[in-house]
Amino acid sequence: MISSKRWDHRLIFSLVEPGSSVLDLGCGNGELLARLIEKKQVRGQAVEADHDQVSAAFQNGVDVYQGDLNRGLPEFRTKSFDYVILEKTLQVLTRPMLVLEEMLRIGDACFVSFPNFNSSGVVEKLLETERMPVTEALPYYWYDTPNIHLFTLYDFIDWIEDHQVVIIDGYAAAGETWRHLKLPEDSKSAEELLFLLRKE
Amino acid sequence: MTDPLNASLENKSGYDGPDSPYSVGWTRPKKVILADRDNPLPLDCGSNFYPVTVEYETYGALNKAKDNAIFIIHALSGDAHAAGWDADWEKDNRPWRGDRPGWWDQMIGPGKAFDTSRYYVVCANILGSCYGTTGPWENGPRSGKPYALDFPVVTVEDSVRLQVRLQDYLGIKQLRAVAGGSLGGQQALAWAINYPDRIRSAIILAASARLGAQGLAFNAVGRQAIMNDPCFQGGSYYGSKPPASGLEVARMLGHITYLSNSSMEGKFGRRFQNGSRPCYRLNSEFSVESYLEHQGRSFVQRFDANSYLYLTRAMDYFDAAGAVGGDLASACSAIQARLLLIAYSSDWLYPSKDTRAIAKAMLANEQPVSFIEIPSGYGHDAFLLESEQTTPLLESFLKKV
Repeated sequence: MISSKRWDHRLIFSLVEPGSSVLDLGCGNGELLARLIEKKQVRGQAVEADHDQVSAAFQNGVDVYQGDLNRGLPEFRTKSFDYVILEKTLQVLTRPMLVLEEMLRIGDACFVSFPNFNSSGVVEKLLETERMPVTEALPYYWYDTPNIHLFTLYDFIDWIEDHQVVIIDGYAAAGETWRHLKLPEDSKSAEELLFLLRKE
Repeated sequence: MTDPLNASLENKSGYDGPDSPYSVGWTRPKKVILADRDNPLPLDCGSNFYPVTVEYETYGALNKAKDNAIFIIHALSGDAHAAGWDADWEKDNRPWRGDRPGWWDQMIGPGKAFDTSRYYVVCANILGSCYGTTGPWENGPRSGKPYALDFPVVTVEDSVRLQVRLQDYLGIKQLRAVAGGSLGGQQALAWAINYPDRIRSAIILAASARLGAQGLAFNAVGRQAIMNDPCFQGGSYYGSKPPASGLEVARMLGHITYLSNSSMEGKFGRRFQNGSRPCYRLNSEFSVESYLEHQGRSFVQRFDANSYLYLTRAMDYFDAAGAVGGDLASACSAIQARLLLIAYSSDWLYPSKDTRAIAKAMLANEQPVSFIEIPSGYGHDAFLLESEQTTPLLESFLKKV
């Protein structure tokens, strides 16, 4: 069976109700959804833009639609999935807010994870080296990073509050350990964040 | 749609000979009458048609549970000879089969995408074609002469209705898969919509729910070329000189639509046929011209002009959502089969976005679907040429359905 070391993978896997329906946006090689289908009998659909990843996800047994999230997801009906997942993808999208709004429309509950650009490791490195930081969570040089929208935990929370979105739960991770979100300290200490959201 | 024979020639890896462990080996066409006076085939045009003979081939073995059968459906110019080497090519006067295997031999055989050591693979010549299944070339029972244009106008749905009879004849309740590209893909979609419980999955390559205006236009010009040939004689040319030059032009035009701009550029560019300088003449000068002429000439040796008229018309008429006012999602709502849709990036005859439309319809219905766009420079022909990219997808898919 496919193994997964990513903390957000493991956490989402444990939180999804067996027998539910899951839409995975930017599914990568599909390993999370494949596990959910196999172990939790979910009804799964994936969307992925990168052809090689689409091909890998498909061969992992996932129904995958090759498509660009930035065009929106008009073909999906409102509240047609129990969960919609967007793992570490928000920051690479050209239209992140459109995708967030769409997933909140389609899903009853939504998992969104992203790297925290305000984590102390990143900020200190920036100040120290006076160069764009390269860290484990942000392993790219400035010229080849896919991350085109840089934002912090509070940027995200601001948006949530402005859009009548409810935070069901929040999680913060540093290294391989995670905990329930604690504010304000996780604004600086979290390297990555995961939210479970719902739009009323 | 494309010329499968030519597409095979493009394959640099060469053929698996009849003795290769990856070949289905020597094959023989089979024939069966699936519609007669007592049990005519109802056609969309309203007539109850008989008799209807079907030529088909089978590879591999049907298992005891009868749940390992796959129907392969060919495109416009294809035939039932999908894999292996025809042992009867001389007897049946089909010389074009003598030096090459079936049209999808790269995909069908032991250890290939359609693995004949696991699956029972069936391919039938489609209704209206000219390779053994009843078509305009066949003698009508009443006149004793070839039908020619008295042959009824047949549709994709009619063709599938006939294949369903073959399924029953073979004693198979549910097919593991139906699979086809181009016109074959349209038939696979019609299978999924009209016979949801008879198939477990449908593999649709380089095809759409309907041909666009541009595709209709190309087909119209091809048919005009045939019908304006002085030898056409209202379609009753059997026994005399066939409308070869018309069919040749139709084929040349068709061939352009099967390639892509970049594949033609790469293959021919502006190269001259002879040497590097112009000869200042009007006949075949550029290598792209002589290539198309060659394609046209070899096609008329093996294809019937009337079949070309009928099958392009069937392709034109097909509209998966036609019966429900154009609402593709509503048409697809009947589908129970697992659907795999594959498009090819440079295909402009059945553009990727048109294949994608089927996937969007499925998603709107909350039905699971896979849509994959394979990057390829080969244009529409890619569905026959990109075996290396397509094979692993089909292998994993077929194992799971």
